[in-house]
Amino acid sequence: MIDRLEPFPKEEAELRAAFWEQVGSFPEGYKIKRCLQCGTCTGTCPVSYAMDITPRQAIALFRAGHIEDVLHSRTIWLCASCYSCTVRCPVGIRVTDTLYALKRIAMEQKIYPPKFPVHTLSRVFINNVYKYGRNYELGLGIRYFLSTNIVKLFTNIGYAWSMIRRGRLGLIPKKLKNINQMHAIIKKANEFGEG
Amino acid sequence: MLEYAYYPGCSLEHTASPYDKSIRAVFDALGIGLHEIEDWNCCGATMYMSVKKIVGYAISARNLAIAQNMGMQICVPCSSCYTILRKTNRHIAWDLKERAKINEALKAADLSYDTFVEVRHPLNILVTDVGLEFIASKVTNPLDGIKVAPYYGCQIVRPHGYFDDVDDPVKMDQLLSALGAEVVDYPTKVRCCGGMLMTTQEDVALALNLTLLEAAVDNNADMIATACPLCQMNLEAYQSKINKAFHQNFHMPIVYFSHLVGIALGLKPKAIGSDKLLIEPEKLNAKAREVSV
Repeated sequence: MIDRLEPFPKEEAELRAAFWEQVGSFPEGYKIKRCLQCGTCTGTCPVSYAMDITPRQAIALFRAGHIEDVLHSRTIWLCASCYSCTVRCPVGIRVTDTLYALKRIAMEQKIYPPKFPVHTLSRVFINNVYKYGRNYELGLGIRYFLSTNIVKLFTNIGYAWSMIRRGRLGLIPKKLKNINQMHAIIKKANEFGEG
Repeated sequence: MLEYAYYPGCSLEHTASPYDKSIRAVFDALGIGLHEIEDWNCCGATMYMSVKKIVGYAISARNLAIAQNMGMQICVPCSSCYTILRKTNRHIAWDLKERAKINEALKAADLSYDTFVEVRHPLNILVTDVGLEFIASKVTNPLDGIKVAPYYGCQIVRPHGYFDDVDDPVKMDQLLSALGAEVVDYPTKVRCCGGMLMTTQEDVALALNLTLLEAAVDNNADMIATACPLCQMNLEAYQSKINKAFHQNFHMPIVYFSHLVGIALGLKPKAIGSDKLLIEPEKLNAKAREVSV
């Protein structure tokens, strides 16, 4: 009989509230409650071997009241969005979308795994799209490596050159003609919060 | 006459320009109209909507709203853009409150989105709308003797499998067979290439691509055909790194499926951009030369 559950510490309680709000904000997000802990998500994930916490463990940790540990893990930033877990889950949990929900909480609360600056890529990407309206691939790579691992900037030069030579890596970003229109949309949408 | 609005997406402007060139040339050769969406913007990709949802959907919807005014379905070759634009449709249909918010954001740009525009992948358009029989009848340069591994990647079939099976898709197999190519067994046809992990976690992505290349070699493929800019780039541009990291000796051309269609229709490598690949698909180019002699 469970009659005396200890309340969650304040921080955990806030993160949980944010999490429930997030999983309520996309189709079938609520199915997370049905998790059987079968591990199909982990088994089918092509990158789970490199995760510190597997997708199944992430759900178990959340249930046990350790959502912050999940946010500190590399798991949500290692997901390559292949959706294997989502199509295989026997109870229909939208695992990939759930990881995105956790990403949004992590970005909002600025809780990141130590020495793993993948979230920087999202920030650089978003700034790029704001500036030009389109993704500027060369600029994205340069800025990301400049702020994370400058060595890789040099190890990738040869590859970049082979693409530039074939006209497959533009040196000049292409900008929308109507970039103001896009800024107006982003400004208005931002007023609705992180969502 | 079949007509579609065309959303190339950012990759097709640069790294995947050979894909863009071949889709335009092939559609033109088959008499299908492609009308580029005026001043389209980045779909936001996974990266945008996974960190800022409403803004991500709103900028994605700008493209859909412009296409809606064109009154056509949208042809989207990039798997990632394809998934994102479909996801935007699904989300807007599901969440009426957010639909109102997104429309309010669009209103700031004098746009609105209320009729759902069907988002289509060119692979599906070719097989379903144009039809295999029609395409086969247009083949002037059958690809017999060319063994191709059909690599679908993740996002044209997952998460929803709109036009093909999520585990064992067959549309590309059917299309390539109709061109006369020999489609080899390719058990990794929907396995992940790692996507953006090549930038953020290179060792993991290299290992994923090693599996894909090994499976193609094991099944005696002459080349791998892809339908996604990121898959193509990871497999092709990083092949030398894979060779170095795992002491391999791969020299596997990675073409877009539309290159195979183009050559079979009698188009030249230059016209379909297959001359801009890093690893030359020698067997395919030899086919193109056979005709011109």
